Amino acid sequence: MNTETNSKILQTVPREKAFYFFTSIGNYTGASASSLKEFMERINEVNVKSLEFHLYRGDFEKWLTDVLEDPELVGEIKKVQRFNLTGDALRNQLYVTVSRRYKRLTSQPSSFQFKT
Amino acid sequence: MKFKNDTPALDATDYKILELLQEDSRQTYTAIGKRLGIAHSTVYDRIKRMEEHTIIKKYTALVDAEKIGAKGITALMTVYTDPKESEKVAAKLAKARQVLEVYSSLSEELQILAKVFAENQESLHSFIANSVAPLPGVLRIRTAILTKTFKEDQFSIRNSMNEVRFIK
Repeated sequence: MNTETNSKILQTVPREKAFYFFTSIGNYTGASASSLKEFMERINEVNVKSLEFHLYRGDFEKWLTDVLEDPELVGEIKKVQRFNLTGDALRNQLYVTVSRRYKRLTSQPSSFQFKT
Repeated sequence: MKFKNDTPALDATDYKILELLQEDSRQTYTAIGKRLGIAHSTVYDRIKRMEEHTIIKKYTALVDAEKIGAKGITALMTVYTDPKESEKVAAKLAKARQVLEVYSSLSEELQILAKVFAENQESLHSFIANSVAPLPGVLRIRTAILTKTFKEDQFSIRNSMNEVRFIK
């Protein structure tokens, strides 16, 4: 994977393109993610109902495809969907999946400097 | 006599006229005059004066959405906001096509309440997720989809002024 692609996936997007966590139709938790790093952090923090709501609606896949443009992580998320997990088991699996991807992207040698 | 904002004070006859107009705004000046025992020209003058001062804001039609085949859902949305941004949030909501009414409310946390109409649950969610949640100052949102209307009425003289009972 090239540096440009990594940069795109690790970018911080403007607020109108951020991911907003809801627990059900119209019920926004107040948590949002503007980057893959924030997305990974929010998975550990938000109400688990929000993870269940978005995962099975395909919202994570849509955001990762349309905004961060990371087909590899989309594929991994689809695998998590197939497990039909709920609750903390789902939270753990999602966190492991996203953090593994994040670590892979940030450990690859590139000229991109990720600001923490 | 006038109020501070240059609005003329209303007397009992004005209130009676308003009450009758809210009952049926298409009735004639003559019909209103007859019911109140005053000349139709008096009714005309008073209505014109109240229109000029926008005490009467407009005449409109109440449409039965179901009968004209309008399909959709209505929801009450409570938007918890940062007090510094709440006016801007309310102004943005007021401009949205999907939003029918917008209010601010007094409570421990500053809230904006809005009535929203959408084609279906998915379009309601899409509007809230893409156009409301990203607004600066929005802290969280609670939405209730309405399932049945037991009463829906406009502000009326009859309901608001218990001490003023004119029409027999």
